[in-house]
Amino acid sequence: MKQKPVIEMQNIGKGFPGVVALNAVSIECYSGEIHALVGENGAGKSTLIKILSGVIQPDSGRITLDGEAVSFKHPLESLNAGISVIYQEFSLLPDRSVAQNIFLGRELTHRGILQNAQMNAQTRKILDMFVGGKKIDPETPLSSLDVASQQMVEIAKAISLNSKVLVMDEPTAALNEAECQELFESVEMLRDRGTAIIYITHRMREVTRLADKVTVLKDGEIAARFNSMPAPEDIVRAMVGRDITQFYAPFASPEEISQQVLCVKGGANASIHNINFSLHAGEILGIAGIQGAGRNALAMAIFGHIPFTQGEVTLLGNKVHLTNPRQAIAAGIGLLPGDRKSEGLTLKQSIRDNAMLSSRALAGIFSSHKANKYIDLAGIDLLLDKMEVKAPSYDYEIQNLSGGNQQKAIVARALSLNPKVLIFIEPTRGIDVNTKASIYQLMRDLARKGTGIIMISSDLPEVVGVSDRVLVMHEGTIAAEFSSGAQEADIMLAATGEMGAVA
Amino acid sequence: MNTISLDKPLIKRRPFSFEKWAPALLLLTAIILYVVACIVTGQTQYLTLDNLLAVVGRSIALGITAIGQTFAILVASIDLSVASLISASAVLSSVVMNGNPDMVVPAIVLALILGAVVGLLNGLVITQLKVNPLIATLGMSLIIQGVLSAFVSNFAGSVPEEFQFFAYGSVFGLPFGTVFFFGLAFLAFFILRYTRFGSQIYAVGGNPDAARFAGISTTKMIVSAHIICSICAVIAGLYLASRLRSGAPWIGSDGLYDLESIAVVVIGGTILAGGRGGIWGTVAGMLIFSLVDSFFNIIEIDAFVKQVLRGVIIVAAVAFYSVKSRRAVA
Repeated sequence: MKQKPVIEMQNIGKGFPGVVALNAVSIECYSGEIHALVGENGAGKSTLIKILSGVIQPDSGRITLDGEAVSFKHPLESLNAGISVIYQEFSLLPDRSVAQNIFLGRELTHRGILQNAQMNAQTRKILDMFVGGKKIDPETPLSSLDVASQQMVEIAKAISLNSKVLVMDEPTAALNEAECQELFESVEMLRDRGTAIIYITHRMREVTRLADKVTVLKDGEIAARFNSMPAPEDIVRAMVGRDITQFYAPFASPEEISQQVLCVKGGANASIHNINFSLHAGEILGIAGIQGAGRNALAMAIFGHIPFTQGEVTLLGNKVHLTNPRQAIAAGIGLLPGDRKSEGLTLKQSIRDNAMLSSRALAGIFSSHKANKYIDLAGIDLLLDKMEVKAPSYDYEIQNLSGGNQQKAIVARALSLNPKVLIFIEPTRGIDVNTKASIYQLMRDLARKGTGIIMISSDLPEVVGVSDRVLVMHEGTIAAEFSSGAQEADIMLAATGEMGAVA
Repeated sequence: MNTISLDKPLIKRRPFSFEKWAPALLLLTAIILYVVACIVTGQTQYLTLDNLLAVVGRSIALGITAIGQTFAILVASIDLSVASLISASAVLSSVVMNGNPDMVVPAIVLALILGAVVGLLNGLVITQLKVNPLIATLGMSLIIQGVLSAFVSNFAGSVPEEFQFFAYGSVFGLPFGTVFFFGLAFLAFFILRYTRFGSQIYAVGGNPDAARFAGISTTKMIVSAHIICSICAVIAGLYLASRLRSGAPWIGSDGLYDLESIAVVVIGGTILAGGRGGIWGTVAGMLIFSLVDSFFNIIEIDAFVKQVLRGVIIVAAVAFYSVKSRRAVA
């Protein structure tokens, strides 16, 4: 049988200022088929889906739905045409009931009066179609459901809309094992009813379990397309297969790595468990893992923002219990946030003020604006000079600087307190290639001077190229450790929980 | 870890919703306080039905305003122009009627049109010019008050005896104003609970993006909510004109109807962020307000101390909610 695909995207191209997000990407999905879309962060998966649902418009290419060319200007148009997208962040109303959410915007009325009983009954019918839905009460407010059940409601909504195409964006990111199994059954149930499903994920296990076809995206282009299920290694290779470029600084030599500065034993809190590792002066310790594996939670626990509730932390030989960032900074830990704009900068203040932020905060309340026991303005200027922050003047508002220069100013802030441990979260996100190289060099120089550096990164080549040692996190704990020169593919396998199956 | 959920379906076992019952609990507390105060001070004459109706009657204007304010707050907006609009409505109707029974209907129609226009402007400034509702309606309030003060400085015009029925008449042995208030509350409840319009009001306040993606026009809903809010303020102004037998440009601001209507709505459990709450909470909030006032009168507390205690009660009631509901969520 040679039917036509329900949905077909052909030669989709999309550029944002300075980057090509998608270049001639084509993907199609037939009725009753699950098509997995995989790729690393930033590969262009989300952009592709946003184009499909009409959130953004493509620069080139065409979309056909049931053989007819379509072009959506608004998500509502794609929804009405039969394309449902379940994003990682649900578009549900927490204070309304399950049924009210499912019928949002198309409530059943009779002579202007809501037919609540009818809507509840129809919701019940839809929910009864899948295992996980049976325990959900249509009248219960959404906020009292757990994440898995809320996701069921999103799926139920797609069913009640009679969607021909369902797109799921990393649906298992927040689910536990049993919930995942329920979700898989629901997805298969939908497929068997003839829905075309585009399933986005990083996790190999889900691809092998669910997908009929696989498309691998890499740097906005199609890296591979499998029309039948390939071996997981083949997919992983297609995801990461690229040359490591030459701009990384050399690794630390054994004699450069000295005494232990930080050690965590049995660390745990709500999002991470069984954390055991140590960090030495002079080394860069990379932490890899997929979104939601607990990397950020680990950084936040070390930094005291969301503290460990169990286990012990030893810093420079002393047991410490850090319960807020202020204590952590005072104890010698610096953190460079992943989201510079929202977590790192006071955008409307000067470069100098931003760099002085921590030292001023920790200095006594009566200390001068210009100098405190950690550093003075001349000292911070010197640091900024050394960092080669490019700006007309250090009195310039920091929001006008490029990402790389902003990052350097935050590094200067951390350095002003002479930290023993520095945690970089996504240090080069949104930073151009050349500045990246200087950030890597900076990190290496800091390590050589005796700082222990932890680098959390979603950019695998960066993890491999920079780290003297790599920890891989998976489902809230450290799943594997690699020494320098590890293969990207091995890290990816550990991060996706496939290590046991392949190694 | 949770073995019960495996055997028994969780259907139809909804947990006790604290938020749903909190306004009732607060109202009950207020009633108990009031009754105890009456008994302790030996003033049991305040416990008669007539007196209780009088307690409610004193807050009718506030209650009507708060019903409208509930709509504005439910769409995550707010209206600070209600107090000025109440004054404007009272003065306008009183001047147009000027003691002439034939002018009652035109005066009411004119006042309602004024309300609709003010609400429409508020809504459009908020949705189209993207002005924060706090600022937009504060500006509107200053404009109305300024225009009003330019024309009148004290009681102007008078309402005919027929129109005083609104505040002083009675039906089925009950004060008309009170019956009207509960009728209006029921209408508002019905709209919010049983119509698509009401459902969409909650959607827009709860998650504007989700509402827009579901095909709801958030602009229309916010503008409608403001029109309803302003019309309710106009009705409150008409009531006050009827009660005072004339309209003056300061009755709205003197009665603090802007801030107190917001306080009543919030005490009633409608959250300022929008999307959660309802009319019966607001009615409870208004009753709590009048009971607490009467309570202070019975125990003969100093007027300034009374003001301080009212402030404390408002903050305490809201804190009670947030602390309690946080525990319920965790």
